[in-house]
Amino acid sequence: MSLTKKDIDLIRSLLEDSQFDRLNLEIEGMKLELERSGAARSRPATGSARVDASRNANPAPAEPIAARARTSTEAGLVEVKSPLLGVFYRAPKPGEPAYVEVGSRVEADSIIGIIEVMKLMNSARAGVAGEVVEILAVNGEMVEHGEVLMLVRPL
Amino acid sequence: MAIKRILVANRGEIAVRVIRTCERLGIETVLCVSEADRGSLGAQLATRTVCIGPSQPAKSYLSIETVAQAALGYECDAIHPGYGFLSERADMARMCEDEGVTFIGPTAAQIEAVGDKLRARAEAVAANVPVVPGGPVGSPAEARALAEQIGAPLLVKAVGGGGGRGMKLVEDLAELEATMAMASAEASAAFGDARVYLERYVAQGRHIEVQLLGDGAGNVIHLGERDCSVQRRYQKLVEETPAPNLPSTTRATLLDAAVRFAARLNYRGAGTVEFLYDVAHDEFYFLEMNARIQVEHPVTEEVTGIDLVAEQIAIAEGQGLRFEQADIAFSGASIECRINAEDPDNRFMPSPGTVTDVAWPSGEGVRVDSHIVAGAKVPPFYDSMIAKVIAHGPDRAMALQRLRGALANTRIEGIHTNLAFQQRILADPDFARGGVDTGFLARMVERETA
Repeated sequence: MSLTKKDIDLIRSLLEDSQFDRLNLEIEGMKLELERSGAARSRPATGSARVDASRNANPAPAEPIAARARTSTEAGLVEVKSPLLGVFYRAPKPGEPAYVEVGSRVEADSIIGIIEVMKLMNSARAGVAGEVVEILAVNGEMVEHGEVLMLVRPL
Repeated sequence: MAIKRILVANRGEIAVRVIRTCERLGIETVLCVSEADRGSLGAQLATRTVCIGPSQPAKSYLSIETVAQAALGYECDAIHPGYGFLSERADMARMCEDEGVTFIGPTAAQIEAVGDKLRARAEAVAANVPVVPGGPVGSPAEARALAEQIGAPLLVKAVGGGGGRGMKLVEDLAELEATMAMASAEASAAFGDARVYLERYVAQGRHIEVQLLGDGAGNVIHLGERDCSVQRRYQKLVEETPAPNLPSTTRATLLDAAVRFAARLNYRGAGTVEFLYDVAHDEFYFLEMNARIQVEHPVTEEVTGIDLVAEQIAIAEGQGLRFEQADIAFSGASIECRINAEDPDNRFMPSPGTVTDVAWPSGEGVRVDSHIVAGAKVPPFYDSMIAKVIAHGPDRAMALQRLRGALANTRIEGIHTNLAFQQRILADPDFARGGVDTGFLARMVERETA
């Protein structure tokens, strides 16, 4: 069994409505950790090995832009984070193929998407060589500075 | 248009201050945070937070495009810029105007009108508001002629400077030409603007400013004055209202002049007109207008009972002024001390770090505006002010007594602060008498180190 995005949203809203700061859930080898940002611990830096599928839950009573919880449970994946706040686009132009798909091979300097800040386009790069395992950022939606865009299995 | 969600584009105590008023008004807040401020008190209090960039302010709190994008992305009706950072950036206000987001502050044109010192001075002259004798100079011959008119001592000031930066004292007019050349070269390097102007040097001056609210249609009211003469290197440390021992006729003409200046600009929002009060001549001169909420606004709130942030929001919503001048009543006196994370025993060096424990004072007439709680981090990237301790009383003596008591009951562990230094200021007999000039603090420090 695996958790869907909807399941995670539901679990997250349970935490948000509760008086607790942290929730650890283990189901059949899958581990989910949610935390309010006020209770956040220091997180491992990009590039360090991760052994769980944790993600800090954002306490966001004002409609969150999109709930993006990572689902890959694999160890050793590298988080590719947004270098700045802006609107994330997966392709150079609407209708054109995306820069990368799940399964794409990327180099450290490969462009993986575009971040638009007030009509200025900035390219986001992988920063690591490997294979794209999961894409978390939603095309056309805003991402924050430091938000995880995708997960890469380093090679 | 009712504002339902505000992007708070600032940090520290003013972010907390804005969020508290929004909470009371039922307005949602989206707080911009840099990486360094993710765990701040403001981040915990805001309806939600958005990380806008790394710790360096140039890439986060000063990034106009990022702040505008965050406001649009989170569907905020308005941006509150606080003070500092983007609060007096005309391009921020203009981008808001273009994107249909309400900028809680004056128009871009008004920010430009008061942001350029020479233009602001010309506006003051046009509004029949007295200015310090002086003016812009180009050629050395022009400068000599004007300098002889003004008389020595005089100041050479950079048009692009401010807060004490970019000015030089000329005590002997023979040094004028050399000093001007140096000032101009320095101004060009520091501010990218080589223009300088000359000004009479007031030997004994007090810094007195007037709090204003304008509706943007020519109606302006004042909420009294503040005396901010206790300064260290042009940084205010203690502010109070009313200005002690100021002749009442001078006070009345000063308040009128400030209102006249802002009304002529059809000023919108909260703003402050700063004057230099020449003690020896009992005259005042226009210095500049600050087109934003000020750090020291709480003393005005204490004596008037008016929430200035709420009025900023009401004006931004188009409600205009909710008070007439006659509605503004002044009750007692209020004094504020700025608590900074700095080490007075080590040349006031900034003292960032983690506040391991803190106890803020409370009690009748005592107010603390701060974002510091036990465990809070004071990052090295930003201004060192960590709190404002404010006391209000039926008269100045009582306000001062309460403020002394409040500071005695304040404890901040883990970082150096100027708390003890502030206590010495409040204990000084000259300060207790009231009406000290801007040279007071330097003299006090000199006495202490002698």
